[in-house]
Amino acid sequence: MSGVRLLRRAEPPQRVDLSALRPEALAGLAEGAIARLPLGTARAPLAVGDLFRVQAGDEADLVIEGGSPRFDQLGAGMTTGILLIEGDAGCCLGRGMRGGRITLRGGAGAFAASGLTGGVIEVTGDAGDFLGGAAVGERTGMAGGVVVVRGGSGARAADRMRRGLMVIEGAAGPQLASHMIAGTVVCARPGPHPGTLMRRGTLLLGEAALLPTFVPAGLAADSAFLRLLARALRPLSAAAARLADSAAARFVGDMATLGKGEILLAGSIPAG
Amino acid sequence: MNLLARNGVAIDESFAEAFDMRATALVITAPTLHWARIAATSLTGFATSVIACGCEAAIDAELAAEATPDGRPGVRVLIFSASTTELQKQVQTRVGQCVLTSPGSACYAGLAGEEALKLGDGLRYFGDGWQIAKRIDGRRYWRVPVMDGEFFCEGSTGLTKQAVGGGNLLLLARSAGAALRAAEAVAAAVAATPDAIAPFPGGIVRSGSKVGSKYKGLPASTNDAYCPTLRGSVASALDADTAAVLEVVIDGLSAAAVAAAMRAGLAAAVALGPEQGAHRIGAGNYGGKLGRHHFHLKDLL
Repeated sequence: MSGVRLLRRAEPPQRVDLSALRPEALAGLAEGAIARLPLGTARAPLAVGDLFRVQAGDEADLVIEGGSPRFDQLGAGMTTGILLIEGDAGCCLGRGMRGGRITLRGGAGAFAASGLTGGVIEVTGDAGDFLGGAAVGERTGMAGGVVVVRGGSGARAADRMRRGLMVIEGAAGPQLASHMIAGTVVCARPGPHPGTLMRRGTLLLGEAALLPTFVPAGLAADSAFLRLLARALRPLSAAAARLADSAAARFVGDMATLGKGEILLAGSIPAG
Repeated sequence: MNLLARNGVAIDESFAEAFDMRATALVITAPTLHWARIAATSLTGFATSVIACGCEAAIDAELAAEATPDGRPGVRVLIFSASTTELQKQVQTRVGQCVLTSPGSACYAGLAGEEALKLGDGLRYFGDGWQIAKRIDGRRYWRVPVMDGEFFCEGSTGLTKQAVGGGNLLLLARSAGAALRAAEAVAAAVAATPDAIAPFPGGIVRSGSKVGSKYKGLPASTNDAYCPTLRGSVASALDADTAAVLEVVIDGLSAAAVAAAMRAGLAAAVALGPEQGAHRIGAGNYGGKLGRHHFHLKDLL
């Protein structure tokens, strides 16, 4: 038998918290039990059955057909299994996720992949502000796992990121990887001031206007690190792997703070 | 004693007695195979016997660029030691002095073992605070700034406790030249066997040893029973027409790897025949009481 399927009936009347819809939590549950799970965040009660037609399944493999910018916390806290969403997501997609895989065929709201520590999140559309960033009151953003955004992202993606890999294939908003603590971010078209106040970590970028607090530092020719990184990026994103293959200049910073971060700039990117 | 013969070569009804060891494997890469070889040769230098070298090590295989983690040409080396502590010490000092120092080198785990040995996790301190940790595909690597760029090194490598050391073949020949030809053929066959090495110079040892000595404090001394010049003086294991004996000692990541290497070596020596190579093949043991693994020659034909 296959996994659980949820087919969206209509646009929800309020914002909903879908963190209960983790694939591993729904596997094996009866359709009625799934339909009764509460989702509402407003005074009017709302359950899964009010929003979705439910088809039960026994595998940790959940498909949600039809999204909405009001669908918050999709896949939040997920530890295993596969979550596929055909449509948009609200805020906090995959927040605090520890394992498994989320594929969003649409756009995500703010704070997607925030608090991520493991697993893979792929967004085919655009992501909102603070992708993989630290939520209010948190000291660190994503601390592991992999995020691949095929579109662009809002402001301050990878804010306070501590570990893991983020790939943004489209254009990123301003201050990509602000306050970055460690980890790796790859983006061909970053907005203004990437790496603002970054302490450590690696930004691999296409053409970018850097802050004056980033200083040129020699790029190791034929770097084994970049070769390994390119190899790891290839199955995730061909565009990102091409950036790693073509890294031509290295800057370190942000000298306004610790200054042990690095920005690798691609030279002429080979076509392909 | 020599009831078995193959291609005119007498095979002793004897066995090689081998011991449990701890082992690890490393992959060393460089901009060219030449420089990967140099780093690996340096790392595995003075590593013939645990008796005085601390470990036994040699190149297991050369790797094409596609087969290494960073896509550069590389070499896989195996390192064997008697204890985990000693193996850890040998890996740290040897990689630190011989691979870190070698131009353009990088070093990776060559084995997914049941336990971890520190590799870059210990060597990173050479970076004096400027080292960078990167986790790629779930594995940790260190980038240590050095004068030609960066030394890139995996954080840890695997340790196996299934390793076996001390497999061996004794090549008895009617001339020194024939003994060398036979031993070279065996060494080449062992080198071609995966997960097994022959740690002595060129894979060959001419000074086989026995346990103990007439001198106090010497743990091993010459294997007098196989010395042609002592034939008249001691209880010799040699026939009247044996002029020279050479030995190939084999370490492997598993008993199966040692057996496969001995089998390949035996076949190579037998194929050479008694005129060109060895006229008799034996194996070294200590009566079977010291080592857990017994590799009987008759089972390897």
